Amino acid sequence: MRKMLLAALSRVLQGPAAAAAARPGAVSEVSRVVVASRNYADFASEATFDIKKCDLHRLEEGPPVTAVLTREEGLHYYRTMQTIRRMELKSDQLYKQKIIRGFCHLYDGQEACCVGLEAAINPTDHVITAYRAHGYAYTRGTAVREILAELTGRKGGCAKGKGGSMHMYAHHFYGGNGIVGAQVPLGAGIALACKYFGKDEICLTLYGDGAANQGQIFETYNMAALWKLPCIFICENNRYGMGTSVERAAASTDYYKRGDYIPGIRVDGMDILCVREATKFAAEHCRSGKGPMLMELQTYRYHGHSMSDPGISYRTREEIQEVRSKSDPITLLKDRMVNNSLSSVEELKEIDVEVRKEIEEAAQFATTDPEPPLEELGNHIYKNEPPFEVRGPSQWIKYKSVG
Amino acid sequence: MAAAAGALRRLVRCGPQQGLGRRLRLQLRSGIHGSAPAAVQVTVRDALNQALDEELERDERVFLLGEEVAQYDGAYKISRGLWKKYGDKRIIDTPISEMGFTGIAVGAAMAGLRPICEFMTFNFSMQAIDQVINSAGKTLYMSAGMVPVPVVFRGPNGASAGVGAQHSQCFAAWYGHCPGLKVVSPWSSEDAKGLLKASVRDDNPVVMLENELMYGVPFEMAEEAQSKDFLVPIGKAKIERQGTHVTLVSHSRSVGHCLEAAAVLVKEGVECEVINLRTIRPMDVESIEASVVKTNHLITVEGGWPQFGVGAEICARIMEGPAFNYLDAPAVRLTGADVPMPYAKILEENCLPQVKDIIFAVKKVLNI
Repeated sequence: MRKMLLAALSRVLQGPAAAAAARPGAVSEVSRVVVASRNYADFASEATFDIKKCDLHRLEEGPPVTAVLTREEGLHYYRTMQTIRRMELKSDQLYKQKIIRGFCHLYDGQEACCVGLEAAINPTDHVITAYRAHGYAYTRGTAVREILAELTGRKGGCAKGKGGSMHMYAHHFYGGNGIVGAQVPLGAGIALACKYFGKDEICLTLYGDGAANQGQIFETYNMAALWKLPCIFICENNRYGMGTSVERAAASTDYYKRGDYIPGIRVDGMDILCVREATKFAAEHCRSGKGPMLMELQTYRYHGHSMSDPGISYRTREEIQEVRSKSDPITLLKDRMVNNSLSSVEELKEIDVEVRKEIEEAAQFATTDPEPPLEELGNHIYKNEPPFEVRGPSQWIKYKSVG
Repeated sequence: MAAAAGALRRLVRCGPQQGLGRRLRLQLRSGIHGSAPAAVQVTVRDALNQALDEELERDERVFLLGEEVAQYDGAYKISRGLWKKYGDKRIIDTPISEMGFTGIAVGAAMAGLRPICEFMTFNFSMQAIDQVINSAGKTLYMSAGMVPVPVVFRGPNGASAGVGAQHSQCFAAWYGHCPGLKVVSPWSSEDAKGLLKASVRDDNPVVMLENELMYGVPFEMAEEAQSKDFLVPIGKAKIERQGTHVTLVSHSRSVGHCLEAAAVLVKEGVECEVINLRTIRPMDVESIEASVVKTNHLITVEGGWPQFGVGAEICARIMEGPAFNYLDAPAVRLTGADVPMPYAKILEENCLPQVKDIIFAVKKVLNI
């Protein structure tokens, strides 16, 4: 069947190639065209996958146990996850070179979470997270070069160098928040605004397993449930709150149940399709006016808590290696796609090369862009205010402030 | 006729509101000749209520949340009648969860609403202070202008009457310390109404420090202050009483005490200039400086504790500026006593600057 197909193809293609047949190498030219066509003709347009069933809390039914992945989606998810992976590894490099300072909390290992979530919502929906935010800044629309330049503290950074790693914002993305747990009431407030405006938007409010023990989160659960706010509370459980394992921090590690009266699902956070389907399910619940929902994403970070934490004093290298070899989100997607003819190893390698290039260029920008001018120091104190003076370290040093 | 005019003059001069403008005095005087006076008596409570009502009506994005603000009509009845008029969507009763509902208010502001977040007293704001300062105050700066936070935090601040130490703290210095916030402190009904309206319309997080003991006090409200677009500018102090011998700078309830002291001192020939700060941050230092240049003597009066307080800041700024060379004596601060507020009446009274303390300080500073 294949031979017949190829033969037919050759005949079709031989038209234009026939003129070239007299030239040496003409035959190989034809076959090269045929070989290229063969790859694309071989790819399926979509495939269906079995995904892990979610644990449910106060729910009769959960998200579907199968997911359809189109080739287009797969390539997009792959590229996005790979971009985040390489961006975080580049940040690691720049931090060790002391070009990035202060706090730097890296997201590598958790890519399926931010990419899977984004795949299930609209750009008009809202997202807020804690300080491990670079991946979200990217999926919410910030360019890699602006993220890296913010980390290196340059004027081309997405916050002009004034925010740093933990304070990156984008359209309908409210950071990047440094105080553990504080972003959760903020997220419910954003959800309140969604309901108030009646625009069928929802807010994804993320926090970690460490933050899950913060009191203000329980205050927020109460109000969100009481007022039926369209808020999905999402606990990214990467098993460690800084150096404290979940077993040592929480009397109940069933984070998806901690919302008590709020229905919850526990999701395999290393499988992008699982994350996507679960988020779609939760989003539909919120949009239909049923109130908030809780999702626990079981995920893992390869790096330590931050760049100042080697990450091996409270966990073993073997554990990290095991996750990498058995559950890496990018590898999982790659294997699925290759084994189901959605792509090939070569094609994905090409994407890897493109991504690497993009990151290199972004890093180049981030290391050569100038620091913000000193005049920037006083700006953005107040919005829509006539210019005024801001005091510097002494009464003789003054900065002009414009909003 | 003469008797009536004389009575009117006495009313104008000796009333608590010494700073009545010329226009208002003319209006009152013209009342004798037939037309009704345009000014009305309005309590601070009613002024705040009017301001809330007008701003809720004017802009659909404005809403009020806090404990007991809706069905109870407000713990101090500031929001009386509003829930009945605007309903559950605009007037929201919250559970007792300051950190949670303050964060919710801030998040709502980030997403385009204009919330008014009421603290039953500012003592409870301490539980939520992270949301006020770190989430509301700093976000515009950290985002380089991308995320404004147009939220108003309001409620009674400072000492009340016999409510004990945990319910009597003044937070003017705490919030006034932080860049990114605006902090206002009304004294009169005009202040309360105009500043609340201005705060709601301001695109920045504003902390409005009211005073429970002032809620029931009536003030003359000029005709222009009754307008729906009457605003008191944030960042501008008001000279409540012109004077030449000493400058008394104050905010909130203490302004009234300063005016009372001035009324007593005038009989001894001492003319006090009384400045009502109205705004703690950004502070109108220029008005204070101009006054000190004129009077050569400065006394600050506040209810908060002395260390690192509003008065301390005023003294430091005066020292740094041109007015220092015009001081004939060191600046003096009158503040709350440096102790947690006791309960017994005699003790509590003596923990706040009284009129007699202000008079004593003026005489000390003027060496009379």
